[in-house]
Amino acid sequence: MTDIDVAKEMIAALKSWVDNEVVPHASEFELPDEYPTQMALQMASFGLFGATIPAAYGGLELDNITYARIVEELSRGWMSLAGIINSHLICAKLITRFGSEEQRQRWLPTMATGELRGCFSLSEPDSGSDAGALRCRAERDGNEWIINGTKMWVTNGERAGVVALLARVPDSDGTDSGGITCFIVEKTPGPGNQSGGITVSPKIDKLGYRGVETVEMSYVDHHLGEDQLLGGDEGIGNGLRWALAALELGRINVAARGVGVAQAAYDAALAYAKERQAFGRPISQHQAIAFKLAEMATKLEAARLLTYEAARKADAGERVDLAAGMAKLFASETASELALDAMRIHGGNGYSTEYPVERYYRDAPLMIIGEGTSEIQKLIISRALLAED
Amino acid sequence: MKVVVCVKQIPDPALPGELDPSTNYLKRDDKLILDESDSYGVEMALQLVESAGGGDVSLVSMAPNGAVGGLRTALAMGAEGAVLVSDAALAGTDALGTAKVLAAAISRMSPDLVLAGVESSDGYTGTVPEMIAGALNIPSITFAKQIQIEGGNVKVQRQTEAGYDDVECPTPALVSVTAGVVEPRYPSFKGIMAAKKKPVEELDLSALGIDSSSVGKNGARQETVQVTDAEERQAGEIIEDDGDAHEKIIEFLGELKVI
Repeated sequence: MTDIDVAKEMIAALKSWVDNEVVPHASEFELPDEYPTQMALQMASFGLFGATIPAAYGGLELDNITYARIVEELSRGWMSLAGIINSHLICAKLITRFGSEEQRQRWLPTMATGELRGCFSLSEPDSGSDAGALRCRAERDGNEWIINGTKMWVTNGERAGVVALLARVPDSDGTDSGGITCFIVEKTPGPGNQSGGITVSPKIDKLGYRGVETVEMSYVDHHLGEDQLLGGDEGIGNGLRWALAALELGRINVAARGVGVAQAAYDAALAYAKERQAFGRPISQHQAIAFKLAEMATKLEAARLLTYEAARKADAGERVDLAAGMAKLFASETASELALDAMRIHGGNGYSTEYPVERYYRDAPLMIIGEGTSEIQKLIISRALLAED
Repeated sequence: MKVVVCVKQIPDPALPGELDPSTNYLKRDDKLILDESDSYGVEMALQLVESAGGGDVSLVSMAPNGAVGGLRTALAMGAEGAVLVSDAALAGTDALGTAKVLAAAISRMSPDLVLAGVESSDGYTGTVPEMIAGALNIPSITFAKQIQIEGGNVKVQRQTEAGYDDVECPTPALVSVTAGVVEPRYPSFKGIMAAKKKPVEELDLSALGIDSSSVGKNGARQETVQVTDAEERQAGEIIEDDGDAHEKIIEFLGELKVI
C-alpha cells in the first residue's frame, strides 16, 4: 500500500501542476486536436507512466486508490491526459500479471519511464461490447505467429511501441471457434504503413477526448516471435479472461475520470453561479440554481465514494467486478449529467468555447462508452447480484 | 561542489494567517510549507550541481516544533539532505538572530556556495541572507538571475533596474536568488517517495553552541511595535463608452505617467 503521506504529497504536487499548467492551456490543445507533448513529458517526469508498474521493474507500484486519485486529478484538468496513461498501464498490467519473467524484464522497465509506450487493442469494427466475437487471427507457423485482422479504437496506437493485442488462435481443425489469446506486438511509434504489415490509420476525429490519438490498426501477415505470446503456451485461449481482468483496473480508471470531469463541471458551475448576476443578485441565490448545485455536489460525492471503494476493494485483493462496475456506471453517468447541468447554469456562455464546460460536455460521453458501456456495466452488476443469491 | 540552500518554512499563504498579539509575529503552529521564494534557490542549486556533473545540495532551515513539511518538498525536488534548527528558545527571534543561528548551522556544513531567496514571503525583511554572509565572514552577492561556478569563483548576473551587472567573487560565498529567474521543478513521485528517507539532522541551540539568551524574544533587538491593517483597495473608476472612452483611458494612463 502506498504511504498515505506520500500519496498526499503526490496529489498535492499533481494538483499544483494541473492548476498551473493544464487548466489554463488544455483548450489550446484540445480544440485543434493537438497532442500535448510537453504535458506528456511532465507526466513522464512525475513517473506516471510507471504508476502501477511494480517497483522491481522501475515503476512506482502505487495502490489502486492512489492511482484513482491521480486519474481524477488529471481529468479535472483535462480528461485526455488520463487516456495517455490508461491503455499504457492496462498493457503493463497484462504483462505484469500474466507475462513470463523474461517478458516482464523485456518491456516493463522502459514502459515505467514512458520511454516505451504501450496500448491495448481489443475492439474491432464489428466487435465492441461483444468482445468474444473478435475476428483478428493469430496462426502458428513453426516458431512464429502470423497475425491478420483489423482493430478499432486503439488509443495511443500511434505513439505506442508495444501493443497488447487480442487475437483468435484457430482450433486445430482450422475453425475460428478457438481461444482468444493475448500477444505483445512491437511496432515503431508513428503513423502510416510500417514494416511487417502493420498499418496505423490517421487519428480518428472525435467529438471529445481530443489531443490523445485514437486510431485503427490493421495487420496483414504480421509475424510475431513465440516470445511475444503473452504467458507462453499457457496463454493460448486465456486472452479474453486476462484482458477482462486488466480492464477492471481500466474501469476504476474510467470511473475516476468521471469523478474528475464531474468535479471540474461542478467547480465551474459553482464559480459561475456566484459571479453571474440575474434579477439583481448572483444566480446562486436563486433557488433553482442553488438546488441544482446541491444535487450536483451530492452526486459528485457519491461517485467519488463509489470509485474509492472499488479501488479500496481492489487494493484489499477482494473481488471488484461488482464494485468497479457500479463505480464506472455511476461516475460516468454523473460526469455526463453534471457537464450538462454546468452548461445549463452557464447559459449561453456554456455553449461557447470560451468556457471549458463545453469540453466537459463533449468529453463526458466517452466514459459512458469506453471500457464497457453503461449497459455492459448493468449486465456485470446484475449478473454479480444474481449470482450472489 | 557542495551547495547549501537556506529554506524557510512558512504558514500556507493560501490560508488566512494570524498574528501572535504578544509578539506581533505570524503564528506558526500549523503545518508549514516551503516558501515559494526559496524554491528558486533550490532549483538554482540543483541546476548548478547538475551542470557541474557532481556535488550535492543540502538544505538548512530554522523552524518551530521540528517542522519538516517544507524541507520534504525541497528534498523531493532533489536535495540530498537537510539540517533543521529547532528550539523552543528561538520563538520571537528577529532577523539578526535568525542569521546567527543559520550561519552557525551552515558553518558546520562547509559549503562552497550558500544560496538563499532574496526575501521570505511572510517576513519580507530581505536582510537575512546578507547578515548570514556577514556572520560567516564570506562575500555576498544579491539579486542573482544567473549563477556560474568557474574555478574557485562564482560569477553572477546581478539584476538591476536597468538590466544586470556581471559580478564575480571567490567562493565560499553567499548569493541571494531573485524569485522567478528559474522555473522550480515539480518533484517526481519517486523523489517524493525518496524524500521520506532522506536525512534531516535536527539541532538545538546547545548543539550549535549558541547562548539561548542571545536569540529568541529576549535576544531580539528588533521589535514590531504596532501592526495596522493595509489600506483597503478602492473601487476603480468605470468608464462608460460614449464614443470617447479611449480618450479618457489615454488621459488616465497619461496621469499615471505610464504612457
